Amino acid sequence: MKIRFKLNGTAMQVDCAADRRVIDLLRENLGLTGAKESCAAGECGACTILVDGESKLSCLMLAAQLEGREITTVEGLASEDRLHPLQEAFVEKGAVQCGFCTPGAVLASLDLLKRNPSPTRAQIREGLSGNLCRCTGYHKIVDAVEEAAKTMQSRERP
Amino acid sequence: MKQVLLPRTLDELWDSLEADPNTAVYAGGTDLLVNLRAGRINTNKLVCLERIEEIRGVRDAGAEAFIGAATTHTNLLESPLVRSEFPVLAKALRVLASPAIRNMGTIGGNIVNASPAGDTLPPLYVLDAEVEITSRKETKRMPVADFLVGPGQVRLRADEIVKGVWIRKAPEFNVHHFEKVGLRKSQACAVASLAALLRVSKDGNIESARLAWGSVGPTVVRSAKVEEALVGRELGIEKLSEVAALVERTVSPIDDVRASAQYRRIVAGRLLLRLAESGHKK
Repeated sequence: MKIRFKLNGTAMQVDCAADRRVIDLLRENLGLTGAKESCAAGECGACTILVDGESKLSCLMLAAQLEGREITTVEGLASEDRLHPLQEAFVEKGAVQCGFCTPGAVLASLDLLKRNPSPTRAQIREGLSGNLCRCTGYHKIVDAVEEAAKTMQSRERP
Repeated sequence: MKQVLLPRTLDELWDSLEADPNTAVYAGGTDLLVNLRAGRINTNKLVCLERIEEIRGVRDAGAEAFIGAATTHTNLLESPLVRSEFPVLAKALRVLASPAIRNMGTIGGNIVNASPAGDTLPPLYVLDAEVEITSRKETKRMPVADFLVGPGQVRLRADEIVKGVWIRKAPEFNVHHFEKVGLRKSQACAVASLAALLRVSKDGNIESARLAWGSVGPTVVRSAKVEEALVGRELGIEKLSEVAALVERTVSPIDDVRASAQYRRIVAGRLLLRLAESGHKK
């Protein structure tokens, strides 16, 4: 089946099985390996992507559901010469260890900051509560999101 | 390969359902797609309800509100009407799964899935919600407690869907309470949960009470006996403790991987005690 959608800002059409999971379409058909598969049941957040700006789990969506949607994966966040403020903050604050949860955590954070541009630490923890990380103990991820929120707000101010 | 259909209207939906009765219907997919992958569902055709505008959103209908079945948990949490009129539901939604699951999962899915641990169900029971069931031929309403018959079992034919849920506003209750006990804070399947609506007088007496427990029986547990035992009592730890003993005898939990039946019994009773801290305002 032919499916048309926007992926990281680029309009595209793919031809694949309607019931192919979005995680498989992204990783295997399109070569975007940022989204990771871990639990395959909606419990870990490693496969998080943004669909029309909202965080969703690509292991629990079928390709047909992408028709007409705008998809953002971690590969679509950086501009040509510069990482996204969230990515910069994750690097600077040491919020990445093995990196497996990072793309999902970054995208979940982006959804959070869009809804709540200056969250408290408790709100950041709540916003990331669906993203498991087995390395960092979460503190540095919360530090990074706090830092990115400040950067993003100061850049938006005229 | 399975066929996946995304009807945009109910008329389109009826066409796709009638063509093949062995069709799996889903909205968020957060349960169905897990079960499908695990081989627990066998179907050649999937119909996704997420694009049917007629069954999305919250509508104020005066004394009642109508919530479309395909409204996501996030949409509900962001609804001023839900937050102001149904705080007991909003409190349950806030601790339901995780943000991404709340962006996908829907209230209709939570109802039809009929898990004893479904987080929106105890609030819907205390709010005396009615499920609107529709097919090409007819539309009817049914109390949520009649619609849910057991774990994963609901009164719904293959040519019907749940269109939404009607909730009557209940301004007489000044305490809206929900608490879930799980094994962790987020992404937690309830070990036991309690939804409560109370009307408490200025001098602290309980004038009316509706209570519903999740995860301590095959469906949500409501008990007229327990509710009557609270009415006329002072809202305080002493009386609540007395009634907690009655709750332990009323619920019918099972042992499973998350907790023993005995633990669930005790927790179901003790969840009442929190009402003493709930204040008298919603």
